[in-house]
Amino acid sequence: MARTVQAPLDEATVKSLQAGERVVMTGKIYAARDAAHKRLVAAMQRGEALPLPLAGQVIYYVGPAPAKPGSIIGPAGPTTSGRMDPYTLPLLERGVAGLIGKGSRSEEVKEALVRHRAVYFGAIGGASALLARQIRSSRILAYPDLLSEAVRELEVEEFPLIVINDCHGGDAYLAAREAYRSDGDGSQRSK
Amino acid sequence: MRKIDVGDVRRSVGELLRHSAHSLPEDYLEAMRTARQEELSPTGQDVIELLLDNAAYAETETIPTCQDTGMAILFVEVGQEVHFSGGGIEAALQDATRDAYADLRKSVVSDPLLRVNSGDNTPALIHWEIVAGDGLRISTLQKGFGAELMSRVQMFPPAVGEEGLQQFVLDTIESAGPNACPPLIVGVGIGGSLDTVGLAAKKALLRPIGGQNPEPHVAKLEAEMLEAINRLGIGPQGLGGVVTALAVHVEVLATHIAALPIAVNLNCSAPRRATLEL
Repeated sequence: MARTVQAPLDEATVKSLQAGERVVMTGKIYAARDAAHKRLVAAMQRGEALPLPLAGQVIYYVGPAPAKPGSIIGPAGPTTSGRMDPYTLPLLERGVAGLIGKGSRSEEVKEALVRHRAVYFGAIGGASALLARQIRSSRILAYPDLLSEAVRELEVEEFPLIVINDCHGGDAYLAAREAYRSDGDGSQRSK
Repeated sequence: MRKIDVGDVRRSVGELLRHSAHSLPEDYLEAMRTARQEELSPTGQDVIELLLDNAAYAETETIPTCQDTGMAILFVEVGQEVHFSGGGIEAALQDATRDAYADLRKSVVSDPLLRVNSGDNTPALIHWEIVAGDGLRISTLQKGFGAELMSRVQMFPPAVGEEGLQQFVLDTIESAGPNACPPLIVGVGIGGSLDTVGLAAKKALLRPIGGQNPEPHVAKLEAEMLEAINRLGIGPQGLGGVVTALAVHVEVLATHIAALPIAVNLNCSAPRRATLEL
Protein backbone atom coordinates (compact mmCIF):
# COMPACT_ATOMS: atom_id res chain seq x y z
CA MET A 1 0.00 0.00 0.00
CA ALA A 2 1.17 3.52 -0.74
CA ARG A 3 2.51 5.27 2.33
CA THR A 4 0.87 8.39 3.69
CA VAL A 5 2.77 11.66 3.73
CA GLN A 6 1.59 14.56 5.82
CA ALA A 7 1.36 18.10 4.43
CA PRO A 8 3.08 20.43 5.24
CA LEU A 9 6.19 18.32 4.68
CA ASP A 10 8.99 17.95 7.20
CA GLU A 11 12.59 17.61 6.09
CA ALA A 12 12.89 13.94 7.01
CA THR A 13 9.90 13.10 4.83
CA VAL A 14 11.25 15.13 1.90
CA LYS A 15 14.59 13.32 2.11
CA SER A 16 12.95 9.91 2.29
CA LEU A 17 10.84 10.29 -0.87
CA GLN A 18 12.18 8.53 -3.95
CA ALA A 19 11.34 9.18 -7.61
CA GLY A 20 8.80 6.63 -8.83
CA GLU A 21 7.32 6.02 -5.38
CA ARG A 22 3.54 6.15 -5.03
CA VAL A 23 2.24 7.97 -1.98
CA VAL A 24 -1.01 9.41 -0.65
CA MET A 25 -0.99 12.89 0.86
CA THR A 26 -3.06 14.09 3.79
CA GLY A 27 -3.15 17.61 5.20
CA LYS A 28 -3.32 21.21 4.06
CA ILE A 29 -2.06 22.18 0.61
CA TYR A 30 -2.41 25.34 -1.47
CA ALA A 31 -3.86 25.67 -4.97
CA ALA A 32 -2.22 28.14 -7.33
CA ARG A 33 -1.66 28.13 -11.09
CA ASP A 34 -0.52 30.52 -13.83
CA ALA A 35 -2.05 33.89 -12.99
CA ALA A 36 -1.71 33.38 -9.22
CA HIS A 37 1.98 32.51 -9.58
CA LYS A 38 2.57 35.67 -11.53
CA ARG A 39 0.92 37.75 -8.79
CA LEU A 40 2.63 35.91 -5.91
CA VAL A 41 6.09 36.38 -7.35
CA ALA A 42 5.40 40.04 -8.15
CA ALA A 43 4.20 40.54 -4.56
CA MET A 44 7.39 38.90 -3.25
CA GLN A 45 9.52 41.18 -5.41
CA ARG A 46 7.73 44.20 -3.95
CA GLY A 47 8.35 42.84 -0.47
CA GLU A 48 4.65 42.47 0.31
CA ALA A 49 3.11 39.92 2.67
CA LEU A 50 1.81 36.82 0.90
CA PRO A 51 -1.68 35.37 1.34
CA LEU A 52 -0.32 31.88 2.07
CA PRO A 53 2.49 30.36 4.15
CA LEU A 54 5.45 28.94 2.19
CA ALA A 55 7.94 27.17 4.49
CA GLY A 56 7.44 23.41 4.28
CA GLN A 57 4.23 23.87 2.32
CA VAL A 58 2.90 22.09 -0.76
CA ILE A 59 1.57 23.95 -3.80
CA TYR A 60 -0.88 22.19 -6.13
CA TYR A 61 -1.16 23.47 -9.71
CA VAL A 62 -4.91 23.28 -10.14
CA GLY A 63 -7.80 25.42 -11.32
CA PRO A 64 -10.85 23.45 -10.23
CA ALA A 65 -14.14 23.35 -12.10
CA PRO A 66 -17.11 24.94 -10.28
CA ALA A 67 -18.56 22.77 -7.50
CA LYS A 68 -21.93 21.18 -8.04
CA PRO A 69 -24.44 22.50 -5.45
CA GLY A 70 -23.81 20.65 -2.18
CA SER A 71 -20.31 19.46 -3.04
CA ILE A 72 -17.00 20.80 -1.69
CA ILE A 73 -15.23 21.39 -4.99
CA GLY A 74 -15.60 20.55 -8.67
CA PRO A 75 -13.27 18.26 -10.61
CA ALA A 76 -9.73 19.21 -9.60
CA GLY A 77 -6.93 17.48 -11.48
CA PRO A 78 -3.43 18.83 -12.07
CA THR A 79 -2.52 21.29 -14.80
CA THR A 80 0.77 21.28 -16.76
CA SER A 81 3.54 22.21 -14.32
CA GLY A 82 6.10 23.45 -16.84
CA ARG A 83 4.22 26.74 -17.22
CA MET A 84 4.98 27.48 -13.58
CA ASP A 85 8.74 26.88 -14.02
CA PRO A 86 9.58 30.58 -14.50
CA TYR A 87 7.97 31.40 -11.13
CA THR A 88 9.11 28.37 -9.13
CA LEU A 89 12.63 29.28 -7.95
CA PRO A 90 11.62 32.18 -5.68
CA LEU A 91 9.01 29.92 -4.06
CA LEU A 92 11.55 27.15 -3.42
CA GLU A 93 13.97 29.75 -2.02
CA ARG A 94 11.28 30.69 0.51
CA GLY A 95 11.01 27.08 1.64
CA VAL A 96 8.18 25.55 -0.39
CA ALA A 97 8.83 21.82 0.03
CA GLY A 98 6.37 20.18 -2.34
CA LEU A 99 4.89 20.87 -5.77
CA ILE A 100 2.03 18.91 -7.34
CA GLY A 101 1.16 18.96 -11.02
CA LYS A 102 1.68 16.96 -14.19
CA GLY A 103 4.37 16.99 -16.83
CA SER A 104 8.08 17.69 -17.02
CA ARG A 105 10.01 20.41 -15.17
CA SER A 106 12.90 22.48 -16.49
CA GLU A 107 16.48 21.55 -15.61
CA GLU A 108 16.63 24.73 -13.55
CA VAL A 109 13.67 23.65 -11.42
CA LYS A 110 15.02 20.09 -11.03
CA GLU A 111 18.36 21.46 -9.81
CA ALA A 112 16.59 23.81 -7.42
CA LEU A 113 14.61 20.88 -5.98
CA VAL A 114 17.91 19.26 -5.02
CA ARG A 115 19.46 22.51 -3.76
CA HIS A 116 16.46 23.51 -1.62
CA ARG A 117 15.38 19.96 -0.68
CA ALA A 118 11.94 19.82 -2.20
CA VAL A 119 9.88 17.26 -4.10
CA TYR A 120 7.81 17.42 -7.27
CA PHE A 121 4.82 15.07 -7.23
CA GLY A 122 2.69 14.06 -10.20
CA ALA A 123 -1.06 13.64 -9.91
CA ILE A 124 -2.90 11.78 -12.66
CA GLY A 125 -4.05 14.35 -15.24
CA GLY A 126 -7.60 13.82 -16.39
CA ALA A 127 -8.60 11.81 -13.31
CA SER A 128 -10.08 15.03 -12.02
CA ALA A 129 -13.52 13.84 -10.94
CA LEU A 130 -12.00 11.10 -8.76
CA LEU A 131 -9.25 13.35 -7.36
CA ALA A 132 -11.86 15.88 -6.19
CA ARG A 133 -13.30 13.18 -3.89
CA GLN A 134 -10.07 13.28 -1.85
CA ILE A 135 -10.50 16.99 -1.10
CA ARG A 136 -12.22 17.57 2.23
CA SER A 137 -12.41 21.37 2.26
CA SER A 138 -11.70 24.28 -0.03
CA ARG A 139 -11.38 27.94 0.87
CA ILE A 140 -10.36 30.88 -1.34
CA LEU A 141 -7.44 32.74 0.28
CA ALA A 142 -6.64 35.36 -2.38
CA TYR A 143 -7.31 36.73 -5.86
CA PRO A 144 -11.00 35.74 -6.23
CA ASP A 145 -11.11 37.85 -9.42
CA LEU A 146 -9.00 35.14 -11.06
CA LEU A 147 -12.00 32.76 -10.79
CA SER A 148 -10.67 29.19 -11.07
CA GLU A 149 -7.12 30.53 -10.77
CA ALA A 150 -7.65 31.99 -7.27
CA VAL A 151 -5.32 30.85 -4.47
CA ARG A 152 -7.09 28.26 -2.33
CA GLU A 153 -6.37 26.36 0.83
CA LEU A 154 -7.34 22.73 0.34
CA GLU A 155 -7.57 19.99 2.92
CA VAL A 156 -6.80 16.68 1.26
CA GLU A 157 -7.09 13.15 2.55
CA GLU A 158 -5.19 10.28 0.96
CA PHE A 159 -4.66 12.27 -2.22
CA PRO A 160 -2.87 9.84 -4.63
CA LEU A 161 0.48 11.00 -6.02
CA ILE A 162 3.65 9.70 -7.63
CA VAL A 163 7.04 11.20 -6.78
CA ILE A 164 8.38 12.51 -10.11
CA ASN A 165 11.47 14.50 -9.06
CA ASP A 166 12.94 13.79 -5.65
CA CYS A 167 15.48 15.90 -3.77
CA HIS A 168 18.30 13.58 -4.76
CA GLY A 169 18.06 14.22 -8.51
CA GLY A 170 15.84 11.25 -9.38
CA ASP A 171 13.43 11.68 -12.31
CA ALA A 172 10.59 9.17 -12.65
CA TYR A 173 9.53 10.33 -16.13
CA LEU A 174 12.99 9.86 -17.63
CA ALA A 175 13.54 6.50 -15.96
CA ALA A 176 10.12 5.19 -17.04
CA ARG A 177 10.50 6.35 -20.63
CA GLU A 178 13.92 4.73 -20.92
CA ALA A 179 12.54 1.47 -19.56
CA TYR A 180 9.84 1.15 -22.20
CA ARG A 181 11.48 2.75 -25.23
CA SER A 182 12.19 0.33 -28.08
CA ASP A 183 14.25 0.76 -31.22
CA GLY A 184 11.96 -0.48 -33.93
CA ASP A 185 12.84 -4.17 -34.05
CA GLY A 186 9.91 -4.83 -31.73
CA SER A 187 12.09 -5.45 -28.70
CA GLN A 188 12.39 -3.25 -25.67
CA ARG A 189 15.78 -1.88 -24.78
CA SER A 190 15.47 -3.07 -21.21
CA LYS A 191 12.93 -4.29 -18.67
CA MET B 1 -35.59 26.15 -48.59
CA ARG B 2 -35.76 24.96 -44.99
CA LYS B 3 -36.24 27.24 -42.01
CA ILE B 4 -34.29 26.54 -38.84
CA ASP B 5 -34.98 28.56 -35.71
CA VAL B 6 -31.75 29.71 -34.08
CA GLY B 7 -33.38 29.24 -30.66
CA ASP B 8 -33.52 25.50 -31.40
CA VAL B 9 -29.86 25.57 -32.39
CA ARG B 10 -28.95 27.35 -29.14
CA ARG B 11 -30.82 24.82 -27.00
CA SER B 12 -29.44 21.78 -28.84
CA VAL B 13 -25.83 22.94 -28.94
CA GLY B 14 -25.94 24.07 -25.29
CA GLU B 15 -27.21 20.66 -24.25
CA LEU B 16 -24.59 18.91 -26.40
CA LEU B 17 -21.72 20.85 -24.80
CA ARG B 18 -23.08 20.27 -21.30
CA HIS B 19 -23.41 16.55 -21.92
CA SER B 20 -20.08 16.14 -23.67
CA ALA B 21 -18.21 17.65 -20.69
CA HIS B 22 -19.08 14.65 -18.53
CA SER B 23 -19.64 11.92 -21.08
CA LEU B 24 -16.69 10.66 -23.13
CA PRO B 25 -17.37 8.96 -26.50
CA GLU B 26 -17.84 5.18 -26.58
CA ASP B 27 -15.20 4.65 -29.28
CA TYR B 28 -12.61 6.27 -26.97
CA LEU B 29 -13.68 4.16 -23.97
CA GLU B 30 -13.47 1.03 -26.13
CA ALA B 31 -9.97 2.01 -27.30
CA MET B 32 -8.92 2.55 -23.67
CA ARG B 33 -10.25 -0.87 -22.65
CA THR B 34 -8.19 -2.41 -25.44
CA ALA B 35 -5.17 -0.32 -24.42
CA ARG B 36 -5.56 -1.62 -20.86
CA GLN B 37 -4.95 -5.12 -22.23
CA GLU B 38 -2.06 -4.09 -24.49
CA GLU B 39 -0.14 -1.97 -22.00
CA LEU B 40 2.92 -3.79 -20.58
CA SER B 41 3.75 -1.37 -17.78
CA PRO B 42 1.89 -2.09 -14.52
CA THR B 43 1.82 1.64 -13.72
CA GLY B 44 0.51 2.34 -17.22
CA GLN B 45 -2.23 -0.24 -16.74
CA ASP B 46 -3.19 1.38 -13.44
CA VAL B 47 -3.34 4.83 -15.06
CA ILE B 48 -5.65 3.58 -17.84
CA GLU B 49 -7.82 1.84 -15.27
CA LEU B 50 -8.02 5.03 -13.20
CA LEU B 51 -8.96 7.12 -16.24
CA LEU B 52 -11.71 4.62 -17.13
CA ASP B 53 -12.98 4.71 -13.53
CA ASN B 54 -12.87 8.50 -13.65
CA ALA B 55 -14.90 8.54 -16.88
CA ALA B 56 -17.53 6.23 -15.38
CA TYR B 57 -17.71 8.26 -12.17
CA ALA B 58 -18.03 11.57 -14.04
CA GLU B 59 -20.82 10.14 -16.19
CA THR B 60 -22.74 8.84 -13.16
CA GLU B 61 -22.33 12.03 -11.14
CA THR B 62 -22.79 14.32 -14.17
CA ILE B 63 -19.65 16.23 -13.29
CA PRO B 64 -16.90 17.05 -15.81
CA THR B 65 -14.31 14.34 -16.44
CA CYS B 66 -11.56 16.97 -16.28
CA GLN B 67 -11.53 20.42 -14.66
CA ASP B 68 -10.30 21.86 -17.95
CA THR B 69 -13.56 21.76 -19.87
CA GLY B 70 -11.69 23.55 -22.60
CA MET B 71 -12.36 26.15 -25.18
CA ALA B 72 -15.43 25.30 -27.25
CA ILE B 73 -14.57 24.71 -30.89
CA LEU B 74 -17.56 24.32 -33.19
CA PHE B 75 -17.55 22.91 -36.72
CA VAL B 76 -20.74 23.93 -38.48
CA GLU B 77 -21.82 22.43 -41.79
CA VAL B 78 -24.75 24.39 -43.17
CA GLY B 79 -26.81 23.14 -46.11
CA GLN B 80 -27.13 25.89 -48.68
CA GLU B 81 -30.93 25.49 -48.65
CA VAL B 82 -31.10 26.45 -44.97
CA HIS B 83 -32.59 29.75 -43.86
CA PHE B 84 -31.96 30.71 -40.23
CA SER B 85 -34.80 32.54 -38.49
CA GLY B 86 -35.29 34.13 -35.09
CA GLY B 87 -31.92 35.92 -34.89
CA GLY B 88 -28.27 35.54 -35.82
CA ILE B 89 -26.81 32.02 -35.97
CA GLU B 90 -23.38 33.13 -34.77
CA ALA B 91 -24.91 34.85 -31.71
CA ALA B 92 -27.00 31.73 -31.02
CA LEU B 93 -23.89 29.56 -30.97
CA GLN B 94 -22.12 31.96 -28.60
CA ASP B 95 -25.24 31.97 -26.39
CA ALA B 96 -25.23 28.16 -26.43
CA THR B 97 -21.62 28.19 -25.23
CA ARG B 98 -22.43 30.73 -22.50
CA ASP B 99 -25.40 28.60 -21.37
CA ALA B 100 -23.37 25.38 -21.27
CA TYR B 101 -20.43 26.88 -19.41
CA ALA B 102 -22.54 28.46 -16.66
CA ASP B 103 -21.64 25.40 -14.54
CA LEU B 104 -18.32 24.56 -16.20
CA ARG B 105 -14.90 26.16 -15.79
CA LYS B 106 -14.33 29.49 -17.49
CA SER B 107 -10.99 29.03 -19.22
CA VAL B 108 -10.98 31.81 -21.81
CA VAL B 109 -9.24 35.20 -21.64
CA SER B 110 -10.66 37.86 -23.96
CA ASP B 111 -7.26 39.25 -24.92
CA PRO B 112 -4.08 37.16 -25.04
CA LEU B 113 -1.91 40.00 -23.73
CA LEU B 114 -4.17 41.57 -21.11
CA ARG B 115 -5.31 38.10 -19.98
CA VAL B 116 -8.60 39.02 -18.36
CA ASN B 117 -11.02 36.10 -18.09
CA SER B 118 -14.05 36.59 -20.32
CA GLY B 119 -16.18 35.23 -17.47
CA ASP B 120 -18.41 32.95 -19.55
CA ASN B 121 -15.98 30.89 -21.66
CA THR B 122 -16.89 32.79 -24.83
CA PRO B 123 -15.97 33.25 -27.53
CA ALA B 124 -16.37 29.76 -28.93
CA LEU B 125 -14.22 29.26 -32.02
CA ILE B 126 -16.52 28.60 -34.97
CA HIS B 127 -15.57 27.06 -38.31
CA TRP B 128 -18.17 27.34 -41.07
CA GLU B 129 -18.69 25.17 -44.09
CA ILE B 130 -21.43 25.53 -46.70
CA VAL B 131 -22.55 22.16 -48.07
CA ALA B 132 -25.26 20.88 -50.41
CA GLY B 133 -28.78 20.18 -49.14
CA ASP B 134 -30.92 21.51 -46.30
CA GLY B 135 -29.24 19.91 -43.28
CA LEU B 136 -27.36 21.40 -40.36
CA ARG B 137 -24.59 19.40 -38.76
CA ILE B 138 -22.61 20.71 -35.80
CA SER B 139 -19.61 18.98 -34.26
CA THR B 140 -18.12 20.18 -31.01
CA LEU B 141 -14.67 19.79 -29.56
CA GLN B 142 -14.10 21.03 -26.00
CA LYS B 143 -10.38 21.29 -26.23
CA GLY B 144 -8.22 21.20 -23.16
CA PHE B 145 -5.14 23.33 -23.65
CA GLY B 146 -2.58 21.17 -21.88
CA ALA B 147 -2.45 19.18 -25.10
CA GLU B 148 -3.12 22.17 -27.36
CA LEU B 149 -0.04 23.91 -25.96
CA MET B 150 2.17 20.99 -27.04
CA SER B 151 0.77 20.99 -30.60
CA ARG B 152 2.89 22.29 -33.51
CA VAL B 153 2.80 23.54 -37.07
CA GLN B 154 5.70 23.71 -39.53
CA MET B 155 6.00 24.89 -43.13
CA PHE B 156 8.45 22.36 -44.65
CA PRO B 157 9.80 22.31 -48.21
CA PRO B 158 8.77 19.24 -50.25
CA ALA B 159 12.25 17.66 -50.03
CA VAL B 160 11.60 16.85 -46.38
CA GLY B 161 9.39 14.02 -47.61
CA GLU B 162 7.34 11.51 -45.68
CA GLU B 163 10.28 10.51 -43.54
CA GLY B 164 10.87 14.08 -42.43
CA LEU B 165 7.19 14.51 -41.64
CA GLN B 166 7.19 11.35 -39.52
CA GLN B 167 10.23 12.61 -37.64
CA PHE B 168 8.47 15.92 -36.98
CA VAL B 169 5.45 14.09 -35.53
CA LEU B 170 7.71 11.95 -33.33
CA ASP B 171 9.66 15.00 -32.14
CA THR B 172 6.39 16.72 -31.26
CA ILE B 173 5.19 13.76 -29.19
CA GLU B 174 8.60 13.26 -27.60
CA SER B 175 8.89 16.86 -26.47
CA ALA B 176 5.29 16.85 -25.25
CA GLY B 177 6.18 13.81 -23.11
CA PRO B 178 3.84 13.61 -20.12
CA ASN B 179 2.56 17.19 -20.54
CA ALA B 180 -0.22 16.52 -23.03
CA CYS B 181 -1.82 13.79 -20.86
CA PRO B 182 -1.21 10.61 -22.87
CA PRO B 183 -2.61 8.22 -24.10
CA LEU B 184 -3.07 10.77 -26.88
CA ILE B 185 -5.16 11.06 -29.97
CA VAL B 186 -2.90 12.58 -32.60
CA GLY B 187 -4.46 14.72 -35.32
CA VAL B 188 -2.18 15.46 -38.27
CA GLY B 189 -2.85 17.84 -41.15
CA ILE B 190 -0.58 17.65 -44.17
CA GLY B 191 -0.69 20.08 -47.10
CA GLY B 192 -2.80 23.19 -47.65
CA SER B 193 -1.38 26.46 -46.32
CA LEU B 194 -0.51 27.94 -42.93
CA ASP B 195 -4.16 28.62 -42.08
CA THR B 196 -5.75 25.41 -43.35
CA VAL B 197 -3.17 22.85 -42.23
CA GLY B 198 -3.94 23.53 -38.56
CA LEU B 199 -7.65 23.25 -39.17
CA ALA B 200 -7.14 19.92 -40.98
CA ALA B 201 -5.20 18.59 -37.97
CA LYS B 202 -7.97 19.70 -35.65
CA LYS B 203 -10.70 18.18 -37.86
CA ALA B 204 -8.75 14.91 -37.78
CA LEU B 205 -9.47 14.83 -34.02
CA LEU B 206 -13.20 14.65 -34.76
CA ARG B 207 -12.84 11.25 -36.37
CA PRO B 208 -13.91 8.35 -34.12
CA ILE B 209 -11.07 6.03 -33.10
CA GLY B 210 -10.96 2.79 -35.04
CA GLY B 211 -11.30 4.08 -38.57
CA GLN B 212 -8.61 5.05 -41.04
CA ASN B 213 -8.12 7.54 -43.84
CA PRO B 214 -9.87 6.24 -47.01
CA GLU B 215 -6.69 6.86 -49.05
CA PRO B 216 -4.50 3.72 -48.68
CA HIS B 217 -1.20 5.64 -48.72
CA VAL B 218 -2.47 7.94 -45.95
CA ALA B 219 -3.85 5.03 -43.93
CA LYS B 220 -0.43 3.39 -44.17
CA LEU B 221 1.20 6.55 -42.84
CA GLU B 222 -1.26 6.59 -39.92
CA ALA B 223 -0.42 3.00 -39.00
CA GLU B 224 3.34 3.54 -39.28
CA MET B 225 3.26 6.65 -37.16
CA LEU B 226 1.13 5.06 -34.45
CA GLU B 227 3.61 2.22 -34.17
CA ALA B 228 6.60 4.56 -34.03
CA ILE B 229 4.93 6.78 -31.40
CA ASN B 230 4.20 3.80 -29.20
CA ARG B 231 7.86 2.79 -29.33
CA LEU B 232 8.85 6.06 -27.62
CA GLY B 233 8.19 4.56 -24.19
CA ILE B 234 6.35 7.61 -22.82
CA GLY B 235 3.24 5.63 -21.87
CA PRO B 236 0.06 6.62 -20.04
CA GLN B 237 0.62 9.95 -18.26
CA GLY B 238 4.29 9.73 -19.18
CA LEU B 239 4.89 7.14 -16.48
CA GLY B 240 6.32 4.65 -18.95
CA GLY B 241 4.69 2.15 -21.25
CA VAL B 242 3.82 1.09 -24.77
CA VAL B 243 0.53 3.02 -25.10
CA THR B 244 1.49 6.64 -25.74
CA ALA B 245 -1.18 7.19 -28.41
CA LEU B 246 -4.50 5.48 -29.09
CA ALA B 247 -4.74 6.65 -32.69
CA VAL B 248 -3.12 8.80 -35.37
CA HIS B 249 -5.56 10.48 -37.74
CA VAL B 250 -4.13 12.15 -40.83
CA GLU B 251 -6.00 14.49 -43.15
CA VAL B 252 -4.35 15.66 -46.37
CA LEU B 253 -5.00 18.78 -48.43
CA ALA B 254 -3.90 19.95 -51.86
CA THR B 255 -0.92 22.29 -51.54
CA HIS B 256 1.50 24.43 -53.55
CA ILE B 257 4.42 22.93 -55.52
CA ALA B 258 6.81 24.76 -53.16
CA ALA B 259 5.56 23.46 -49.82
CA LEU B 260 4.87 20.52 -47.52
CA PRO B 261 3.10 22.05 -44.52
CA ILE B 262 2.31 19.90 -41.49
CA ALA B 263 0.38 20.45 -38.28
CA VAL B 264 0.20 18.11 -35.31
CA ASN B 265 -2.72 18.70 -32.99
CA LEU B 266 -2.70 16.62 -29.83
CA ASN B 267 -5.78 15.59 -27.89
CA CYS B 268 -5.36 14.53 -24.29
CA SER B 269 -6.89 11.39 -22.87
CA ALA B 270 -10.25 13.13 -22.43
CA PRO B 271 -11.64 13.75 -25.91
CA ARG B 272 -14.75 15.84 -25.40
CA ARG B 273 -16.26 15.59 -28.87
CA ALA B 274 -19.84 15.25 -30.06
CA THR B 275 -21.99 15.81 -33.14
CA LEU B 276 -25.62 16.70 -33.73
CA GLU B 277 -27.75 17.04 -36.83
CA LEU B 278 -30.81 19.24 -37.08
